[in-house]
Amino acid sequence: MSEILAHPGARPVPTTGAAAFARRHGPWFLALAVALALPWLFYDWSRARHSGFVVAMLSQMSMMAIFALSYNMQMGQAGLLSFGHAVFFGLGGYCTAHALNAVKGGSFWLPTELVPLVGGVGGLVFAIVFGYVATKQRATAFAMITLGIGELVTACALMFHTFFGGEGGVSTNRMIGTSLLGWSYGPSIQVYYLIVAWTAIAVALMMLLTRTPLGRMANACRDNFERAQFVGYDPSIVRFFQFALSGFFAGIAGGLYTLTYEIVTFDTVAGAMSANALLMTYIGGVGAFAGPVLGAVLIVLLQSWVSLLSNSWLVYVGVLFIVMVTFAPGGIAGILLMHEPLWRAGRLGRLAVPYARLLAPGVIAVAGFVLLVELCSFLTIGAAQGKAFKLSGLTIDPQHPGAWLIGALLLGAGGLVLWREGRRFRAAWEALVEEIKAGARA
Amino acid sequence: MELLLVSLLNGLVYGMLLFMLASGLTLIFSMMGVLNFAHASIYMLGAYFAYDVSRHIGFWPALVVAPVLCGGLGALIEMYGLRRVHRNGHIAELLFTFGLAFIIEKAVQMIWGLLPVPYRVPAALDHTLFHVYGTNFPAYRGFMLLVSALMFLAIWLMLTRTRMGLVIQAALTHPEMVGALGHNVPRVFTTVFAGGCALAGLAGVIGGNYLVTEPSMAFTMGPIVFVVVVFGGLGSLAGCFIASLIMGFVQTFAVVLEYSLADALAAIGIKVSDATALGEVLTIPLPRIGALLPFVMLILILLFRPRGLMGTRDT
Amino acid sequence: MSEAAIRLSDVHKSFGPTPIIMGVSLDITRGERHAIIGPNGAGKTTLFNLISGRLPLSRGRIELDGQAIDGLPAHRINRLGLSRSFQITSIFPRMTVFENVRCGLLWSMGYRYSFWHLLGRESRLNAAAEQLLADVNLESRRDLPAGLLSYAEQRALEIGITIAGGARTVLLDEPTAGMSRSEANHAVALIRRVTEGKTLVMVEHDMSVVFDLADVVTVLVYGQVIASGPPAEIRASRAVQDAYLGTAAH
Repeated sequence: MSEILAHPGARPVPTTGAAAFARRHGPWFLALAVALALPWLFYDWSRARHSGFVVAMLSQMSMMAIFALSYNMQMGQAGLLSFGHAVFFGLGGYCTAHALNAVKGGSFWLPTELVPLVGGVGGLVFAIVFGYVATKQRATAFAMITLGIGELVTACALMFHTFFGGEGGVSTNRMIGTSLLGWSYGPSIQVYYLIVAWTAIAVALMMLLTRTPLGRMANACRDNFERAQFVGYDPSIVRFFQFALSGFFAGIAGGLYTLTYEIVTFDTVAGAMSANALLMTYIGGVGAFAGPVLGAVLIVLLQSWVSLLSNSWLVYVGVLFIVMVTFAPGGIAGILLMHEPLWRAGRLGRLAVPYARLLAPGVIAVAGFVLLVELCSFLTIGAAQGKAFKLSGLTIDPQHPGAWLIGALLLGAGGLVLWREGRRFRAAWEALVEEIKAGARA
Repeated sequence: MELLLVSLLNGLVYGMLLFMLASGLTLIFSMMGVLNFAHASIYMLGAYFAYDVSRHIGFWPALVVAPVLCGGLGALIEMYGLRRVHRNGHIAELLFTFGLAFIIEKAVQMIWGLLPVPYRVPAALDHTLFHVYGTNFPAYRGFMLLVSALMFLAIWLMLTRTRMGLVIQAALTHPEMVGALGHNVPRVFTTVFAGGCALAGLAGVIGGNYLVTEPSMAFTMGPIVFVVVVFGGLGSLAGCFIASLIMGFVQTFAVVLEYSLADALAAIGIKVSDATALGEVLTIPLPRIGALLPFVMLILILLFRPRGLMGTRDT
Repeated sequence: MSEAAIRLSDVHKSFGPTPIIMGVSLDITRGERHAIIGPNGAGKTTLFNLISGRLPLSRGRIELDGQAIDGLPAHRINRLGLSRSFQITSIFPRMTVFENVRCGLLWSMGYRYSFWHLLGRESRLNAAAEQLLADVNLESRRDLPAGLLSYAEQRALEIGITIAGGARTVLLDEPTAGMSRSEANHAVALIRRVTEGKTLVMVEHDMSVVFDLADVVTVLVYGQVIASGPPAEIRASRAVQDAYLGTAAH
């Protein structure tokens, strides 16, 4: 790989100065600009208001991006697999709700802009408490104890009323009138801008953290537990700090959640939310800093759109996850990064045709799979809900074997061709890599 | 007295059911180092398969068919899924089984619907076996005890009397060594995995109509089984057995003992009311926090004795 | 009389019922270069593992600079001034060579668990890391992921990380294993240079390295010390020849 990077025809890479800063961080600023501008693309000029759907979806994406990035501080950077990360998200949310209610009630003053910080502090405190117990353990025991803590907190959230409000949760109102900007935060677009601001801050802080002694030693402990000990570090303390800080950021995301939805219930701490963090982070890619952001965007997109069309969007997420675990453990970011050496060497265009050959059978196979899943779903769940399976005007009857046969055929035929083309693709890829290596040696 | 006896019996039934699930999981975990998240999902599939089979053919065939189906499924998962993911490391295996559990739950929802299915106790066993101080002890529970006891005996005989069993026992504590000695370790792994799944399936057959058969049963039962496995300790089936019984008793007795921490404190003269700090936590009666207890146990054991009760290796 | 850097007093180690180390008492003087040799299975690496805290003692005492260290966790022993390398190369494969060495410096330069220092701006730290890279001749490999280095380069990196923290006592476990003659010669020159003024203990199988580098040689056979002294004495010892070195065929 190093030879590929050193290939004479490779595009030169700036390493110092403004050019380097722009190259490394440019995409982030672009993303920020896009995030701020996007709601206006869907603005309804005739009625002078924003699309509630778009603003809600973008808000959710930003929150989940922070949540997933905080999870990756454990998974990707420290090598810790936690099944209870939602605990800090939800508890941060609960703390924020109580704080908002307290401010409204006049107990103390806090500018609205700083409210998510309450969530962060709440998440941090609980992460310190639970982390002290959890990080003493190795790998599998750690996963189990986080699972146990997650279930414990969820059960408590359903049972106790003073802090958790029981099954009904805790309601609050974000219009507490203490904004430093003079905003009411009634309209969701204002909340969105606050969320984007906090996301930018959180991303920047988490990125800087990776460049600190703690951040680097967390990587070291992940890579080689023993060697980390023999450079003088206690790996469980390194992990403890990393765990606690990741709880802080998860809590911030929870605080933003409270501001947006004005109610916090037990599902913010439940297993499903923890699973969400895991899925988003892993699918996006644990090896790259931006991976979890990609994952969060994708999952929220699926959640917002596909769930409107289909009951089974979670099945698709689950299948995508398993496919990734088996074939692409680096996630989407990993797949993208694999292309970097080829891009540097100017050979990326040569993959256009092989990719095109994968596209057709891929689409067919996926279409067949989706058809079968939807048929199944409409047969049972849809029928119970009284919905009919409609596809662009056509009503498909799940009871009829015809549709099933078509689905099976598409999946089978598409899958077989995909398998064959996949082999060919792999050969083309390897030939390219060899070519580049040979060129570097020459 | 009556309460004690009835609860003991019920606790025993539930504990044996847990053991059926936990034993397979412990064997798989101890030998292959894989924490099979999907184990409880196979249990769920066993219940659903039994439901379908007993609807069309009958309960007694289901007792055989469902576990076989689950075992077959387990073999497929191990050979084509786990083995492939194995080279990416333990975490990847864990994630794979987690994803599997996820998909199985969604698939079950799609195929059988979101609501519980009416998987009933067969008519032949739907009567009272005997009376205990005026309460009925259903014949079906006796049947459950019988099946789990027979299964326990069969496993014990297989492990101690057959060649394959000895290899499995060795591989439980020293997997690499067993491979070095020339045994076909992949085949052993597949057998154990499939066997564990078949056991889980059997547990599903007899448990599904005792408890409720619904799509969320895997994610409710799963964590409790994990706690049992950790509590009993790695590499020890005896520890697993004891832990299963303890868990069965704890959960059964918790439901019937209407006491709270406040009552305990009152016994030594400290009065607690709703107004005291943490009053809510102290006055809540045991049956309401029954769901919490397994996880409190998990955290306690990992804090004070990470090896579990009788574990031979650290988790 | 120089004090002992490491003192082993009647050290025993058994794995279950199997005894591996059976009563080893040894003094390693401060500043000397001490080699431990012996046939395979003699317990050399086990001894290292006992000293560095990777394994617990069954019986006996180990002292570092006069302080008892048996039972202490590995990182505490490291902070007391003892560092080691491993038989199977142990580095941070996914980090760059530079970062590997820098990690070795962090604790000793006082950074602890800091999450508020930005490493890029720590000029003293970075300069020290560059110097260390120069010492082990890996400057040209600075930005490569350590996992991509050649075997000999990785071993050199490992030595670099081992001495990075400024430990006064260095344990090297088969530092030249798997190297060609010329690579081994380079490694020996490197080791001699970077352990100047430190106490060095190494396990080695390559006799030319041992007799080249060591001031004192200890022979370990079946968990017991059968001889200990200057290289020439050991080479001539009958007992050692019978047990390990063998006599030259005439």
